[in-house]
Amino acid sequence: MSGSTGQKLGGETAQAVVDTAAPSTEVASKSPMQLAAGRLRKDKLTLVSLVVVLLFVLAAITAPLAVHFGWIDPLKSALNLTDEFGRPKDKWGGMSMDHPLGIEPGTGRDTMARLWSGVAFSLFIALSATMIAMVLGVVLGIVSGAAGGWIDAIIGRVIDLTLAFPLTLMLLALASTGLIMVEKYLHTPKGNPTAAVYVIVVLGLFGWTGIARIVRGQVLSLREREFVHASTMMGASKFRLYFREILPNLWAPILVTFTLMMPAFVSAEAALAYLGVGVNAPTPTLGNILNESISYADVVPTFFFIPGFTIAAIVVSFNLLGDGIRDALDPKGHQ
Amino acid sequence: MAEPHESQTEPAADNTVPAGDVAAGPSLEELLKQSNKPAKFDPDAPSILTVDNLEMYFPVRSTGVIRRKIGDVKAVDGISLSIPRGGSVGLVGESGCGKSTAGRAITRLYKPTGGSVKFGDRDLVQLSNRELKPLRRDVQMIFQDPYSSLNPRHSVGAIIGAPLRIHNMVPKNQTLKRVQELLEVVGLNPEHYNRYPNEFSGGQRQRIGIARSLALQPKLIVADEPVSALDVSIQAQVINLLQDLQKEFDIAFLFIAHDLAVVRHFCPQIAVMYLGKIVEIADRETLYSRPNHPYTQALLSAAPDVKQAAIGGRRERIRLTGEVPSPINPPSGCRFRTRCPLAREICAKVEPPLMQIGPHHKVACHFAGELGNQPHDPVTARMLGVDNSGNPDPGATPTQIEDSPEFSDVWFDLKERRTVKP
Repeated sequence: MSGSTGQKLGGETAQAVVDTAAPSTEVASKSPMQLAAGRLRKDKLTLVSLVVVLLFVLAAITAPLAVHFGWIDPLKSALNLTDEFGRPKDKWGGMSMDHPLGIEPGTGRDTMARLWSGVAFSLFIALSATMIAMVLGVVLGIVSGAAGGWIDAIIGRVIDLTLAFPLTLMLLALASTGLIMVEKYLHTPKGNPTAAVYVIVVLGLFGWTGIARIVRGQVLSLREREFVHASTMMGASKFRLYFREILPNLWAPILVTFTLMMPAFVSAEAALAYLGVGVNAPTPTLGNILNESISYADVVPTFFFIPGFTIAAIVVSFNLLGDGIRDALDPKGHQ
Repeated sequence: MAEPHESQTEPAADNTVPAGDVAAGPSLEELLKQSNKPAKFDPDAPSILTVDNLEMYFPVRSTGVIRRKIGDVKAVDGISLSIPRGGSVGLVGESGCGKSTAGRAITRLYKPTGGSVKFGDRDLVQLSNRELKPLRRDVQMIFQDPYSSLNPRHSVGAIIGAPLRIHNMVPKNQTLKRVQELLEVVGLNPEHYNRYPNEFSGGQRQRIGIARSLALQPKLIVADEPVSALDVSIQAQVINLLQDLQKEFDIAFLFIAHDLAVVRHFCPQIAVMYLGKIVEIADRETLYSRPNHPYTQALLSAAPDVKQAAIGGRRERIRLTGEVPSPINPPSGCRFRTRCPLAREICAKVEPPLMQIGPHHKVACHFAGELGNQPHDPVTARMLGVDNSGNPDPGATPTQIEDSPEFSDVWFDLKERRTVKP
């Protein structure tokens, strides 16, 4: 990753006259990660997207607290705010001081409360699925690259097969069976918890292939580097070789893949909710809020745009952050 | 990741070379002469490592589902040499001749496919990785590329401390102290243990690599082109450092290089490789003044000579035509024959043995002889039991040619064409 030939050897001649006694405390030592963080700080767009991402994460973390302390209640319906057709009585989708983002048509539930909790549930689902996919992908990628031979071949074929699988179709077709199996083997409570776990497991089990391929490729290239040979020369164990020497060099692709996988799973959750798989109302997720809003798109456009815009904001900010991190970690890669 | 970053300081004093001279560009030889004398050849030193008929073949597999083995890359094809305790042997040859592979096979980064590497009374080739671990202390390696030989994610302290921790060389709380000692030994500022490799220059990185290999107090270091990635002025410093370390810690070196000047300075004994085989091995004076193999002669004639350039003289260059043949399918008989100016019929039919032709001189050529003084008929024909064109001669009795890693007291005199005993 460092490909550091850019540093010129010629610097040494000057260094011959530099005194050793030069105070070494003046310059703080910087690891490659610290250097990348320095580059990141200069990238305005990435900083903005980082702030947006952090706001969403903060919202997700505070949502349960807000519900607990009674600041918001995503489940409380207020039928007195809707007319006989279920439409909000007030203008702009029922926006008011009490309901800054309006109310949900039909039930009169507070949109902001639902959105706030929805972000929490959606990010939780996306994060859990991402973690499963990342751990699976990194471990299988390292094993594949390290072992080579028939193990590599088998993992490679499994990746091909997984990629060729019609995931959405399977999710739909096997949803009922899958839910029963999740309930039976993972002992999750019936209903939405089981549905959430089902979505997480399926997204995780089908999402690891990309990172596994990236990691495998990196391992194949890194293990021919001389510092790996040097480690072998010292008699280091295989574990040390792959998890202490090589893994730290994989953080860049892992981090970037992570920031790209999160938004992909947020939108995947939304798409699945639209197809009727996953967490159902009244528990809010970005997916099912959007799903419900679609039938009111012409009548209450604000209610339609708010969840859509939120999903878009999450996806765009995570993606921009991922791009920015990639540029910071690999300054020569994309100019 | 590696852009030179603004706040970088130059932590070490590489003060062996006066900085002012560098711009004028003195040659490496001049730089080397400023400090250390070249090491002397000691023919009586006991051997610390004996490589006997080492082979390293890499299988070539067919493409497709069933990956059948269709051949071998014979990267190293039976080399024998012996490294004296505290001494150094140079291994030279052009790119792709197998010298790095030989180094890696000797240190067991690769598992050799044949031959033996005796270290003390143990054969490194036969040992499993676990059995090898204690021996790793004694045999270490310095790598060619200072930019890829240090893990960019580890601090210098972690890099040099790793062998100490793996082998429990020092108690945990003293690791840092030992790391700082080692940094000082190689001429770096001991306070820089918490810095990362990207903050050092090429020469400094190579010093870090040297400190790492010293951490286990090895008896033998295989140095795989340790200076070829460095500036000429830095090369001299690193070579001098290696020589100081060799004297101080009595370390034996197998010094792999393609630069004849560097090897000449560092190694009292030098082996020349061509396409996986040693073609000539001799002590330094003999090899440089009286090379007997046409390949060695060509190599030496290609190396620039400052003295001759200064007096305006120009040495006749022997130009080798063509390219190194593929090690998958090496030429029959002598491997050098496709590019050799002396090649004749016998060279395609019979492989020349590595025969000893002087007290510390072995050469593998049918027409071995000093430049301009080569024999007209093959010197090896009689001992191989063939006639002058390489066909089996029923009347002749082949002599047993001893191919031992060491030099023997008996050798074949080229001029008198008989075995002599001093």
